[in-house]
Amino acid sequence: MKKMTAAALVASALVSFSAAQAEELTIATVNNGHMIEMQKLSSAYEAETGNTLNWVTLEEGVLRQRVTTDIATKGGAFDVMTIGMYEAPIWGSLGWLEALDFGADYDVEDILPAMRGGLSEGGNLYAAPFYGESSMVMYRKDLVEAAGMSIRDMDSWGNVAKVAEAITGDGVYGVCLRGKPGWGDNMAFITTVVNSFGGAWFDADGNPSLDTPEWHAAINFYVDLLTSYGPPGSSGNSFNEILALFREGKCGMWIDATIAASFLEGDGSKVTGKVGYAQSPNATNPVGANWLWAWALAVPAGTQKADAAKGFIEWATSKSYIELVADANGWGAVPTGTRQSTYDNANFQAAAAFADAELSAILSAAPGATDVKPYTGVQFAAIPEFQEIGSEVGQLMSAALAGSMSIEDALAEAQAAAEAIMGN
Amino acid sequence: MTYLARKKILEFIAVTFCWIVAFLVFFPIIWMFMTSFKTEGGAVSLPPSAVPLPGFAVEAIQGSNLPGWLGWLKTAVFEPTFGSYQTVFEREGYFKFLTNSLIVSVGSTLLAMTIAIPSAYAMAFAGGPGTKGILLWMLSTKMLPAVGVLMPIYLIAQTLKLLDTHLLLIIIYALMNLPIIMLILYNFFKEIPREILEAGRIDGATTWDELRRIVLPLAWGGLASTGLLSIVLAWNEAFWSVLLTTTKAAPLTTFIAGYTAPEGLFWAKVSAASTLAVAPIVVFGWLTQRQLVQGLTFGAVK
Amino acid sequence: MSRTLSRLLQLPSIAVLLVWMLVPLSMTLYFSFRKYHLLRPHIQSWAGFKNYQNFIFARKGKGWVWELEFLDFLNVQWLTDLAIATPFATSFVTVIGNTLLLVGSVLFITVVFGLAISVLVNREFAGRGIVRVMLISPFFIMPAVNAIIWKNMMFDPIYGLINVIWTMFGAEPVPWLELYPLQGIITMVAWQWTPFAILIFMTSLQSEDREQHEAARLDGANFIQIFLLLTLPHLARAIAVVILIQMIFHLGVFAEILISTKGGPGSASATLTYEIYKKALEGFNYGLAAAGGVLAIILANLVSIFLVRFVGDNLAE
Repeated sequence: MKKMTAAALVASALVSFSAAQAEELTIATVNNGHMIEMQKLSSAYEAETGNTLNWVTLEEGVLRQRVTTDIATKGGAFDVMTIGMYEAPIWGSLGWLEALDFGADYDVEDILPAMRGGLSEGGNLYAAPFYGESSMVMYRKDLVEAAGMSIRDMDSWGNVAKVAEAITGDGVYGVCLRGKPGWGDNMAFITTVVNSFGGAWFDADGNPSLDTPEWHAAINFYVDLLTSYGPPGSSGNSFNEILALFREGKCGMWIDATIAASFLEGDGSKVTGKVGYAQSPNATNPVGANWLWAWALAVPAGTQKADAAKGFIEWATSKSYIELVADANGWGAVPTGTRQSTYDNANFQAAAAFADAELSAILSAAPGATDVKPYTGVQFAAIPEFQEIGSEVGQLMSAALAGSMSIEDALAEAQAAAEAIMGN
Repeated sequence: MTYLARKKILEFIAVTFCWIVAFLVFFPIIWMFMTSFKTEGGAVSLPPSAVPLPGFAVEAIQGSNLPGWLGWLKTAVFEPTFGSYQTVFEREGYFKFLTNSLIVSVGSTLLAMTIAIPSAYAMAFAGGPGTKGILLWMLSTKMLPAVGVLMPIYLIAQTLKLLDTHLLLIIIYALMNLPIIMLILYNFFKEIPREILEAGRIDGATTWDELRRIVLPLAWGGLASTGLLSIVLAWNEAFWSVLLTTTKAAPLTTFIAGYTAPEGLFWAKVSAASTLAVAPIVVFGWLTQRQLVQGLTFGAVK
Repeated sequence: MSRTLSRLLQLPSIAVLLVWMLVPLSMTLYFSFRKYHLLRPHIQSWAGFKNYQNFIFARKGKGWVWELEFLDFLNVQWLTDLAIATPFATSFVTVIGNTLLLVGSVLFITVVFGLAISVLVNREFAGRGIVRVMLISPFFIMPAVNAIIWKNMMFDPIYGLINVIWTMFGAEPVPWLELYPLQGIITMVAWQWTPFAILIFMTSLQSEDREQHEAARLDGANFIQIFLLLTLPHLARAIAVVILIQMIFHLGVFAEILISTKGGPGSASATLTYEIYKKALEGFNYGLAAAGGVLAIILANLVSIFLVRFVGDNLAE
């Protein structure tokens, strides 16, 4: 029965774009669970359209270097690229991507506004979100309650530190946070802390502003919190390392991507049902305390197969694809963070305990420029120089965390590095 | 104690030590292999499980009332599962990557040997005073850091429409390994006593006959082990393969690049993928180790 | 063989390597003087020496501390002081220092352990083939897999086996790669390449004259004397080979660093190659990376001149 519905859904989703002739599409993707699942389900798409799909599955960093090199040199190796929210606006404004414009069935208005905004440039949508995420607090309800404490939405950092102190001990580390160098690793989290302390990467004139009181306060707090109540070796931890710790019951609290919730509640986890969720804490500035990210599909400009490529993207990011996954694997396994209709679905609400927390985190994330920060992006700045700056600063912050450098020196050097890169 | 008895004891200690050292060196590979048969949760459980047992035995041990001093057994046992291998195979294409690895590493080795054999032969038997300098210069071309010349190579490959082709990797790997192959072969040919050639020449052998009938058979062991080394080096090269291939020519190093650090737990999966990626070359190394051990003399046999 | 024929036979290998060296090298030189950032394609102009300046002198950190406890006895504080005293950027001095330390340490470790192990195994016993296979296996492992094994399964502060054993005796867990990042990388590379040394040394030992050993022993020479006076000289050429070939490979080590520490914390485990990689494929500032590439070539040639002096004569006579 299930299979039949799935087939019917695929068929209906495909009617509109099965007219084009059979093509061979090469698709670069990131090796996340949702993407791997898409590869399996896409055989239905292939059967229906006659198109052949060649997958290139790579780890995030390798994918980024591969697709960037290819598109910048007009290599034409890929017909569909998986890119992030950082790339979409920059590449779009450089004219490297085809603008995406789908039919009424696609219901582009259904895509969450924050996602649409972050993937657009100059009014054109350049990449369609496959799944999206924000960040939130995940904490061990049982331990926090046993300590007679609580964590509220948008709590104060002070309270977070107190809770971390109270639940540390007995083989549990009070708080686990990212520390591994990289603009998508430690800097993603650290930037949200800095945002919440009122700091930003650049000032109103577009000059780097890393040696400011806000950055000092934020980094001091982060380093102090993590060295006091965090696990050993935090400067090597990113999402996966912490996930392994939290699932084994070794972390009391974790602020990271909302996608983590599905793993914490999933098979084999020792903390299923014991995890509470709350909106990210902030110190003074509620805007930008939780990040916003999407893995999205885009078509490089100039590909011969633009129509087929767009057709595939329309299929993969459609409502019916989400239903297809739900039919195959259940509503708890659908790619989230992209469409309002997913969150409106009663089945999804029932299957995903973290649905509300995730949706409000995404809705409250503000990627647009404000008077505090003159650039697009929450945990990054959507300018070409940012990757270079972010990876330098990421290394310096990991040195500060590991204690091999003082925070003052690290920030001074970060500022100098950023200025040098901007001055190039 | 007699001299002989003491010698025997010392020998026994030495052999025991050999085994311990070998085990320690080999241990990380065993551990990776073992992890590939665990579940994702089991791979990061503490204390780590280390004794694979059939399911009923695991249940029996975990269900039994073991005395306190044996309590550790309950967490030390695990039931091997092929789940991770299944996941890896579901992501199709392992055999395609494997085939590409084979084509590229063998192809590049053949190409490099074809260029190297006549050259090394000429250098060894009719080299001038500059030969040594040329060999060292050849080695120094290997010092160009790959990442430093990344853009030139990429742009050239793109212009020649060679991206994602076997030919491109074959050429690059052949050029990369050529200097080392030249060095080894040169030393091999040097070891061949000149008198044999002289004798052949009196019988009216041409240079080609010399090479084919006398030199190659004598240097066969050296040629084989040089080839083996070149295959191993090409098999494990990861920088160019990841950057220059997409689907058609992607070897196993690219396959691994899809398994390092996805979102989520991945130790067991990455262990399974790693085992699959290194198994062919490790087994190949084992089968040919006698050859390797005898061949790589670099002219040290005098 | 006539001189002409000899030249003709040598030509292909020399020609292809010449092209392989000159074409990319000249392009890299060209790019190193250009403003060339992949994400800023509209900026196309000459940069003069700006890229070099940025790579070598760009910023002057105040207090990078060289964290190498294992070299404490050498009092490496002077290295840090030196780095601060020079006009060079501290990060540049650090990566050059790390590169030389990595290559030097790995060479030292592989030669010493390689010698010890191959002399130890060079005897007749049951299962010798198996021992040999186990000893050379790490050489066949891909660098990426090597890094995954060591980072996750050995060095991890919570789940890593070293720490599991460590904490069994009541010790506090140690974040190895945070406290000793460069040493961690050195361990991985040395684990992979000691087998290569063993392979070459074992081969070489097979041709050693055993009767000479016996004779020396009967004359009252002890094990150490035999090793120093007979075995070591016999292995001289093999040692030269091991050093030269490994050096070429270790100057380019980067997969291990990328996967395990990403050069951190700070630049504690970043080598010149990794630094170039970061500029080229993380920052996409290719002009800057090309300048780094040219510097790396200069460094490699300096090292090779130095080494060829010492081991080159041994190698091709």
